[in-house]
Amino acid sequence: MQAFIDFLADNSNLVLGLAGQHLLLSASGTALGLAIAFPMAVVGVLLPRLGQGFAAVANVAQTVPSFAVLGLAIPLLGIGFAPALLALTLRALLPIFLNAYVGLRELDPSLREAAKGIGMTRWQSLVQIELPLSLPATVGGLRTAAVESIGIATLAAFIGGGGLGDLILQGIALRDTTRLLAGAIPAAALAIAIELSLAALQRHLVRRTHRVARAAD
Amino acid sequence: MDYILRNPTLVLELGLEHLAISLGAVLVALVLGVPLGITAAKVRWLELPVLTTAGLLYLIPSLALFAFLIPSLGLGTQTAVVGLSIYSLLVILRNVAIGLGSVPEPLRDAARGIGMTAWQRFRYVEVPLALPMTVAGLRIATVMTIGIASLAAYIGAGGFGVLIFRGIATADNDMIVAGALPTALMALACDALLRFAERLARR
Repeated sequence: MQAFIDFLADNSNLVLGLAGQHLLLSASGTALGLAIAFPMAVVGVLLPRLGQGFAAVANVAQTVPSFAVLGLAIPLLGIGFAPALLALTLRALLPIFLNAYVGLRELDPSLREAAKGIGMTRWQSLVQIELPLSLPATVGGLRTAAVESIGIATLAAFIGGGGLGDLILQGIALRDTTRLLAGAIPAAALAIAIELSLAALQRHLVRRTHRVARAAD
Repeated sequence: MDYILRNPTLVLELGLEHLAISLGAVLVALVLGVPLGITAAKVRWLELPVLTTAGLLYLIPSLALFAFLIPSLGLGTQTAVVGLSIYSLLVILRNVAIGLGSVPEPLRDAARGIGMTAWQRFRYVEVPLALPMTVAGLRIATVMTIGIASLAAYIGAGGFGVLIFRGIATADNDMIVAGALPTALMALACDALLRFAERLARR
């Protein structure tokens, strides 16, 4: 334990730099995934047939292992940050799409009827009623994607994408346990911290949505 | 695809190795996870701490989990199997506990009302109702394990990952595809097979 603390103190710039790289990779992959998946979910709800097609493909694609996606990105983009980002984006968009889409689909149909009844257009109903109510489900998908992205970003080190995985790989290669743990412990801590904070956000949103729904009753 | 066609025996051998590591790990997890899940569901005060711990451990990135095991277990197949079975164990344990916990109270009361003993209630009421959830856990664990098992090659356990790593090291895209594609196909095949088993369990 002492050796571990000494290592962190002596190499704080290295560890912080790699942690920053790690977060940048995870955050941009998750953000890109959200930017693609959220409009897909909206389109999927407006055009149900297309939505069902998307969902079927996403369910199958989710079974493809992340490391295989990472490997398959190399022939397309070479090694480095770009293929790692592609793999992260592809993996992140699946849970975000599935959660947002199912969250929108499972809303009580009478809500949409009521919106229509008071003269709202389809778009107004979607933006003002359905999207806010399905927000907790979407954040749930974001949470899964963000936590997974921390794990996949550790694998980015294998293809030259940097991040805390670098320290783990160096530690394995040099048989240096301290170095190995200096990568593994922060990576695990990041994943747990992201899970706990997004779970708290999701709980907050669920409570707020319930309050709004009760007020509407 | 060329690589697979030129080296069918090697790819097949690695495939069998991959399957053996994955199924071995899932089997270990099943043997430990089912009793642990039952215990967590039956002993009320254990449920929350066990499920919370399992949930937190499950978040640890796979490469980091292997890294935590290497100092004590070294490199090799046993480390890979232990790491893989930890993830599977968490999924199976959680699903068994949730499956047993979700048996409706009126149903338990009814079983008690017609004079069933605790064992009979467990065997004829709770187990059949928790079975689909258990099989679902087994499916998620198997698919996940096949995916993570490709990393096991890095710590010397073999499998399709050997081709992915060798392909990355030698910049041979064909070799990467020869490792990555069969891994994905194996995961998909196991998913389909166990989805079928899940439907059978639901009947």
